[in-house]
Amino acid sequence: MNRLLTAAWDWFDARMPTVGEEWRKHASEYYAPKNFNFWYYFGALSILVLVIQIVSGIFLTMHYKPDAGLAFGSVEYIMRDVPGGWLIRYIHSTGASAFFAVVYLHMFRAMLYGSYQQPRELVWIFGVLIYLTLMGEAFFGYLLPWGQMSYWGAQVIVNLFGTIPFIGPDLAIWIRGDYVVGDATLNRFFALHVIALPLALLGLIAAHILALHDVGSNNPDGIDIKKKKDANGHPLDGVPFHPYYTVKDIAGAVVFLAVFCAILFFAPEMGGYFLEYNNFIPADPLKTPEHIAPVWYFTPYYSILRAVPPLFNSQFPGVMAMGLATMILFFLPWLDRSPVRSIRYRGVYYKSALATFVVVFLVLGYLGVKPTTVWGQFGFDAFFLDTKDIATWVARLCTILYFAFFLLMPWYTAIDKCKPEPERVT
Amino acid sequence: MKRLLRFLLLPLLFAPLLAWGAGGGYRLDRAPIDPNDLVSLQSGARTFVNYCMNCHGAQYMRYNRLTEIGLTEAQIRDNFIFTGDKVGDTMKVAMTAKDGKAWFGVPPPDLSVIGRSRGADWLYTYMRTFYRDPKTATGWNNAAFPNVAMPHALWTLQGERGYDPAKGEWKQLTAGSLSPVQYDALSRDLVNFLVYVGEPVAGKRKSIGIIVLFVLGILFIFAYALKKEYWKDVK
Repeated sequence: MNRLLTAAWDWFDARMPTVGEEWRKHASEYYAPKNFNFWYYFGALSILVLVIQIVSGIFLTMHYKPDAGLAFGSVEYIMRDVPGGWLIRYIHSTGASAFFAVVYLHMFRAMLYGSYQQPRELVWIFGVLIYLTLMGEAFFGYLLPWGQMSYWGAQVIVNLFGTIPFIGPDLAIWIRGDYVVGDATLNRFFALHVIALPLALLGLIAAHILALHDVGSNNPDGIDIKKKKDANGHPLDGVPFHPYYTVKDIAGAVVFLAVFCAILFFAPEMGGYFLEYNNFIPADPLKTPEHIAPVWYFTPYYSILRAVPPLFNSQFPGVMAMGLATMILFFLPWLDRSPVRSIRYRGVYYKSALATFVVVFLVLGYLGVKPTTVWGQFGFDAFFLDTKDIATWVARLCTILYFAFFLLMPWYTAIDKCKPEPERVT
Repeated sequence: MKRLLRFLLLPLLFAPLLAWGAGGGYRLDRAPIDPNDLVSLQSGARTFVNYCMNCHGAQYMRYNRLTEIGLTEAQIRDNFIFTGDKVGDTMKVAMTAKDGKAWFGVPPPDLSVIGRSRGADWLYTYMRTFYRDPKTATGWNNAAFPNVAMPHALWTLQGERGYDPAKGEWKQLTAGSLSPVQYDALSRDLVNFLVYVGEPVAGKRKSIGIIVLFVLGILFIFAYALKKEYWKDVK
């Protein structure tokens, strides 16, 4: 048996040696630092979630109907009459949230250990592009169940483009294909969700990994493992990705799947955060819900949007702020002027800034799912208060801190008192 | 790492703050439902077809799926289907949306997934808080859903009640055929059924989930042992 397999591989390798070469380059002879910790699981896990989403998505497409009159019913048909349909649907809906969860943790890892710093700027840029594409993918997909939140969420987001001066209103009509979100919108969002953006995602992910493997992986110490090599030219602190990290990631994947399945089988709605309760009401263009909240992974940016006061009766400043909040991520490699990468050797300024940023991001995220009245109102009147909602002012403070984290970074990372980095990984 | 985690958990300190400020509207009663209580589900199904299905359908739910709650197809055919529908049909209602709009102002919504959009507690409270209000078109109003278009379909059972929204006081105007305790039990069964109809697969989903988690637990032992075996030489 073994001889037969070896012979088959040799036959294949003689005719297409590229496959073997790539395997060696990206797996069996790709040397990754041996000190990866908990935070280093989430890259591999995002690939796993991507595969889960593509496979479950293919099966959903077989039964789903992209038609404003039929979409809501076809989802219920999948949930009830298609054998195993409920499982496929919950896998896909849980997977959407899981995708953002692992991607956010993966991005946070990069900020912890300075993985975006020179020479990995391009890896980071591809990563941010993946993140933005994923946001688009999630947004287009969210319209498809055609519930009230799908409909009004899409309405709100498309209207954001309508606030752009001069071209806005025409742009919004061009995106919707109609004067309101309707059947035309549903059809094009379906096309973008099932083919256009997944293709873009796959290309960007390939670029992300190729760029990474050209410069090599960072590690929790943030030091370059290629500086110390053994007699064979392999890094002393590196291990081949395969089998060392493939077996380690398999164990991590099983733990991830346990969490994933616990949610999927026991709390697929996740308290209304993964599947919003209002989305079980069919879309009704004539009935605006009292409170429109996007799904949890968009809420930090939604909070920023709402926090910025309108100018000349236009919400455009808020839209700009929201756009800038995501675009600023691209500049992170050049904003950080610290001589060290890892949080382990950074000084107190960066550590406090990152901790503040995490808290600010979570608070903004929380406020984004709630109405602005959630924390009540100030009991006094003052000339500078355009709104008395406490939550709006907290969101404004958090928005300023969010931008301050990035804009002040060149300053606080330059004066930070860093600790000396070790010669070898610890 | 530990210090970092402590930093990250800091926001949880503020969690009680977040809970403050929620609520508003009528205080909801907790619905004492039990998805494993087949007698309750069957009783809810009976109330549903006898009272609700005059106006509301459950157009995504098939009659013969009720075999899951312990009914036979013959029982379903004889006791649940009053029209020419087949047992494999969905629980549609004859009233058109247009008629519904003309008669009530809004078409009565389909109730297939009402348990998922409204939640058990809201439904349980709603079914028990109708009161007489001469100011509305139907003569009925509801404390949990002010100015609701729906009249009290179960009023012969609960009787007529009066309510003062300002004071929050209830009083029984005329007696119904059921005692308040019996009416609560009937509402509970109905809500139990609506929650079941919202996601008939929920019970099966949980039982499969236990097996899946068990298998993943076993798989983890092997995956972890494999990792240990490979990594034992890495220093």
